[in-house]
Amino acid sequence: MNTSLSESSLTKKDFKTDQDVRWCPGCGDYAVLNAVQSVVAALGKKREDIVFISGIGCSSRFPYYMNTYGFHTIHGRAPAIATGTKLANPDLDVWVVTGDGDAMSIGGNHLIHALRRRIGIKIMMFNNRIYGLTKGQYSPTSEVGKVTKSTPMGSLDTPFDPIQLVLGAGATFIARSVDIMGPHLQDTLAKAAAHEGGAFVEIFQNCNIFNNRAFERDVARDVREDRLIDLQHGEKMIFGKERDRGIVINQGVPAVVKLADVGENGVQVWDETNPSLTFAMTAMASPEIPTPIGVFRNVPTRSLEAGVHGQIAVATKKSGPGKLKDLIYGGDTWTAE
Amino acid sequence: MPSDSNGAEKSVERLDQATIRFAGDSGDGMQITGMQFTNTSAILGNDLATFPDYPAEIRAPAGTLPGVSGFQVRFSSYNIHTPGDCPDVLVAMNPAALKVNLPDMKPGTTIIVNTDSFGKLDLQKAKCETNPLEDDSLAAFRVVKVALSTLIKETLKDSGLDGKTVQRCKNFFALGMVYWLYNRPLDNTEAWLNETFGKKKGKPEIADGNIRALRAGHNYADITGEFQTSYEVPKAKLEPGVYRNIQGNEALSIGLVAGSQLCGKTLFLGSYPITPASDILHQVANYKNFGVVTFQAEDEIAAICSAIGASFAGSLGVTTTSGPGFALKSEALNLAVMTELPLVVVDVQRGGPSTGLPTKTEQSDLLQALFGRNGDSPIPVVASLTAADCFDAALEAVRLAVTYMTPVVLLSDGYLANGAEPWRLPNIEDLAPIEVRHPAPEDAEGFEPFKRDETTLARPWALPGTKGLEHRIGGLEKKDGNGNINYDADNHQRMTDLRHAKIAGIAHAIPPFSVHGPEEGRVLVLGWGSTTGAITGAVERLQGRGERVARAHLRHLNPLPLGMKDALERFDHVLVPEMNTGQLAFLLQGKLGIEIKSMTKVQGLPFKTEEILDAVQQLLDGE
Repeated sequence: MNTSLSESSLTKKDFKTDQDVRWCPGCGDYAVLNAVQSVVAALGKKREDIVFISGIGCSSRFPYYMNTYGFHTIHGRAPAIATGTKLANPDLDVWVVTGDGDAMSIGGNHLIHALRRRIGIKIMMFNNRIYGLTKGQYSPTSEVGKVTKSTPMGSLDTPFDPIQLVLGAGATFIARSVDIMGPHLQDTLAKAAAHEGGAFVEIFQNCNIFNNRAFERDVARDVREDRLIDLQHGEKMIFGKERDRGIVINQGVPAVVKLADVGENGVQVWDETNPSLTFAMTAMASPEIPTPIGVFRNVPTRSLEAGVHGQIAVATKKSGPGKLKDLIYGGDTWTAE
Repeated sequence: MPSDSNGAEKSVERLDQATIRFAGDSGDGMQITGMQFTNTSAILGNDLATFPDYPAEIRAPAGTLPGVSGFQVRFSSYNIHTPGDCPDVLVAMNPAALKVNLPDMKPGTTIIVNTDSFGKLDLQKAKCETNPLEDDSLAAFRVVKVALSTLIKETLKDSGLDGKTVQRCKNFFALGMVYWLYNRPLDNTEAWLNETFGKKKGKPEIADGNIRALRAGHNYADITGEFQTSYEVPKAKLEPGVYRNIQGNEALSIGLVAGSQLCGKTLFLGSYPITPASDILHQVANYKNFGVVTFQAEDEIAAICSAIGASFAGSLGVTTTSGPGFALKSEALNLAVMTELPLVVVDVQRGGPSTGLPTKTEQSDLLQALFGRNGDSPIPVVASLTAADCFDAALEAVRLAVTYMTPVVLLSDGYLANGAEPWRLPNIEDLAPIEVRHPAPEDAEGFEPFKRDETTLARPWALPGTKGLEHRIGGLEKKDGNGNINYDADNHQRMTDLRHAKIAGIAHAIPPFSVHGPEEGRVLVLGWGSTTGAITGAVERLQGRGERVARAHLRHLNPLPLGMKDALERFDHVLVPEMNTGQLAFLLQGKLGIEIKSMTKVQGLPFKTEEILDAVQQLLDGE
């Protein structure tokens, strides 16, 4: 690590605040906070140029623990507020911290519109499939039949698949990672940060109080290599403890094959820019097929803020910088004497 | 006067004011016709006031009563305050327009009708049992019968335009007639037609057709025996200065941009389309060369939230809406209260509750603006008084927002938004800069995001991007000073008191309460917002009769100006006319503890001068 005292030498520690972190002991949010602090340090960002904006929910306490600028807003509205911040000052790195209830329920409208607009904000959605801060009601990502305080006989509504939802919204960067997979999470967030336009990262996050082990079947240390497949651009879709299985996609339908049967070259190469591959992978989940993590989609785009300020530049070039006098004395005027 | 050939015998009579109402289907172009007459009169130097009144339906079924669109313009050679109580001339393009507007006409006034549109079917659509042109229902009026459809067909028979397009030129034929009647020149409207249809839309044949219609109408009025007299309304003796004709929404848009320039901030307008506020978004979107950012959000909530986010980053955040949208913004508005960020929320009020009367005016959001939020949530509320005053009101809202680090509600209404009047343009040098200071990296030592200015109690506006001032804000209660989350009992009491004191303190920085007219007397007519014109007209007439009456208009509804109680108590009666069920009266009775005579009207229409005059007269007569 660079040990000089230049401004770019900030370390993870420099991004911690003096506030006591008030998540429940054992909460997955700690791991995410840790990863994010590492990522922003590694990206060489200055503290003052970073803004974390959150809504309401457990995850939304996040900005208080980041020694950057931060805005803990209201339920579901963080993408809308972040849109204004990014448009007002495109030089800022604007991150949104949200949860499955905040982003997909009360704030669903803002989430899809922020993503379709390609505003250059980076949205991290902590998905724990439960309402934590209100003490355990089912969420829009809870599985059908979920028994919670508000659904004593089991929930009836079908959940959102967050990846499918944001793909439908036109997001140009879509990824998924896991709270306890630090290096993978850091790598994924760094890729999101590098994307021009909006980025959406779903983070499987364990709520050990109200929905403990929600993702355990896939992400437990001893099984994850068999039950997750990491989507890495340009790499063959191989998985398994023994790296002996792979994915093939026939007519848009993914299937697991044994390398012994098809050979390495018979396995699909992951292309994060290919819309049909992206679509095929969104529906996948273990146990039939490994659950995908990594980057589902990453296609180049022009950000909204670039477009907005581009139009301002064009208008200014055409009409010259606006003057107060022209503004007020424009139109048909006459003089009374 | 531009009278060629046959009209030589006709006389010209001089008037000091006149009121015309153009009425037709919402597709008949009545708004354009009215605006053209208005702009021409403005350039001639008349004082004027307009009142567009149009349906919420974009194209209600043609010829029906709900589809009637009207535009009233009053122009004068003296200072006027309202678009007039009753028209002198009504142009009615069809039976529905006649039926809807007839109740406003006084005996002896002139009605110009298109006789071609009084067929059986037209009468049925307008629910007329008999033909008003044939029964005696118009006996009291001077009815000018014009076969408009036939005449326009004849005029444009070799124009190459199809039949439907030809009929759409009718309004300019009618305008030509009214131009003749009031001795107005055609060139301004002709230039506008060439510019709009010829240049901008690339349809010179449409411009040409309408210009021929305009001239034909003018000639027809000159030739026809129906008009023996035309009228002249000489230009008004307005206060010296440069003027332009302006609608409220236009003035408000210019005021927002000017305010942002005067405080050196980028204007960020986050908005969601809603009648009657949308025109502000449209207009501001054309000021991009001022660096303005406009953002059409996905909903009302996102509109205000984006503006809050922009203010956090150092822009002047503004959102524009009307009542239903304002209701949706309440929660976010409180976030701006709690985080003490500058923000201007413009509510162009319309008839409510719920969707209510989208295109009709009302002042019924006052208490919503003052109190419609959870918690104790003080917000300055500013009202614009006339169409042109929307400019000054916008500047004031911007000034309060950035000086006190607070959201400000700016109340306009549908009547101000669409009505027009001459605006005496301010000298640019007279527009005072609005001071804004952002803490710099040098201020990092001991910086606290909620350490307040001693005079204004405003917190510092430290911007993301500034080294050393990194801090977090949010909707949770925060500790006085350092802004950390804090739920202590004493701290919440202190912060609530501070938020209240900050806004209440504005009263010391605004002009104290003052009245126009005697400082004591029989009746004080006290209004806020758009009642200004009608109240002024009524009170000036009573003062002219020697009555000891005065008027006052509130620019600031929160905080109220100082000295109100004393001033009000010097009158036997305080009459508060407002276009709601008595919201200001309720507020004043509660705040000042004095008796208020409330006068209310919720008909989607502004007060008439006569109505206020009668109410004051009743108080004077002791009834």
